[in-house]
Amino acid sequence: MWDAFVAVFARDVLQAWRRRADWLTSIFFFVIVVSLFPLGVGPEPALLRTMAPGVVWVAALLAAMLSLPRVFGSDFADGTLEQLVLTPHPLTVLVLAKMLAHWLLSGVPLALIAPVLGLQFGLEGGPVGVLFAALLLGTPCLSLIGGVGAALTLGVRGSGVLIALLVLPLYVPVLIFGAGAVEATVAGTGAAGHLSLLAAGLLIAIVLAPWAIAAALRIALE
Amino acid sequence: MALNWFKYSSPQTFYPLAGRLIPVFAVLAAVLGAVGLYIGFFVAPTDFQQGEAYRIIFIHVPAAWMSMFIYLVMAAWAALGLILNTRLSSMMATALAPTGAVMTFLALWTGSLWGKPMWGTWWAWDARMTSELILLFLYIGFMALQASIDDPRRADKAGAILALVGAVNVPIIYFSVKWWNTLHQGASISVGRSPSMASTMLLGMLVMALAYWMYSIAATLMRVRSIILERERNAQWVRDLAGAPA
Repeated sequence: MWDAFVAVFARDVLQAWRRRADWLTSIFFFVIVVSLFPLGVGPEPALLRTMAPGVVWVAALLAAMLSLPRVFGSDFADGTLEQLVLTPHPLTVLVLAKMLAHWLLSGVPLALIAPVLGLQFGLEGGPVGVLFAALLLGTPCLSLIGGVGAALTLGVRGSGVLIALLVLPLYVPVLIFGAGAVEATVAGTGAAGHLSLLAAGLLIAIVLAPWAIAAALRIALE
Repeated sequence: MALNWFKYSSPQTFYPLAGRLIPVFAVLAAVLGAVGLYIGFFVAPTDFQQGEAYRIIFIHVPAAWMSMFIYLVMAAWAALGLILNTRLSSMMATALAPTGAVMTFLALWTGSLWGKPMWGTWWAWDARMTSELILLFLYIGFMALQASIDDPRRADKAGAILALVGAVNVPIIYFSVKWWNTLHQGASISVGRSPSMASTMLLGMLVMALAYWMYSIAATLMRVRSIILERERNAQWVRDLAGAPA
């Protein structure tokens, strides 16, 4: 079972590495969206500093969502997904491996770039560190919740827009606690509570989301 | 004789039963609605703080109750359909969604109408309003997902999973929005419950809630009948019903 987990994970990472442009686009999307906000609202440092956590997090939500159709899309098209379902290994474990690969390719780069963007918005060292930590805890939640939406919309008409409709409302708690952690640090109240809640949400998602994703995949392949 | 619990779980037997039940619930809804509105508009005393404008709560509060309750009922039917693989349960979930969405929209709409004279603003990012708005998004997502899948069986199951994921998330969303709200907002607006409510007000609200309940049941049964006819259009009993040659 562990071998299967590693194999699926390594395969997804290798495939993504060979088609780098695919996941690099959503990372550049993230950078561009964040950079547009100062142009829209004006360059006052105080305003930008208060907006920074929210803007970075909303952009991260959108970028994570944009990369979702690829998680199962090509595997569904070429029949790999069917083979995965037919293997004797539990589908939940394989799904978890795929989501881990998705997080490594879409979530981790966002977390790594976000501190630079935070500095552009005038955040200081402490809040930037918290932003990084919050994104590291929050983006796996985004991948796992988004995976449910991706699996439900497999092969469905207009799945790109539909996925946004399904997934974005469910992202609300992650957005609130993620941005809240940074804001709390700026305000001086400490981010421990928010980060703990994000971690708790991540644990719940790790336990529940693979089941929902696996069930949705089986339905899509019926 | 053992009771046959599943007699009405078949669309064929449920269809005529629903047809007989609809008038009962529709009449109850109309009568209770008339009584409730009469109590609300003529019997209940004027609120000393809010004046006459508070009377919108007789429309607003039951709608807000129903919007949340219907989501739970919908998720329960969807789960039943997923577990027992009964067609009718999934149809009930599908039929409930539009009513729930309407209730959510009504709650938001009347809430903003009430907010303007009371708070001086149509919309505030209050915890309840925000979570109600997200609930509306969840309903819309559920309906959009089902509408975009052509195969009804797959649409049922996919919708069921989404409804269940949503049901797990609704409390999390509610509390996250609540904490977010207390962090952000000062004491400019508080939607705290008024300390005491005249008993006639409460009575009016409860009667209106019952009226909404009856209306929701009647509307859902009507919709489920249409869904049954649409899905079972190739079944012999539907052909007989329509008087078409076999």
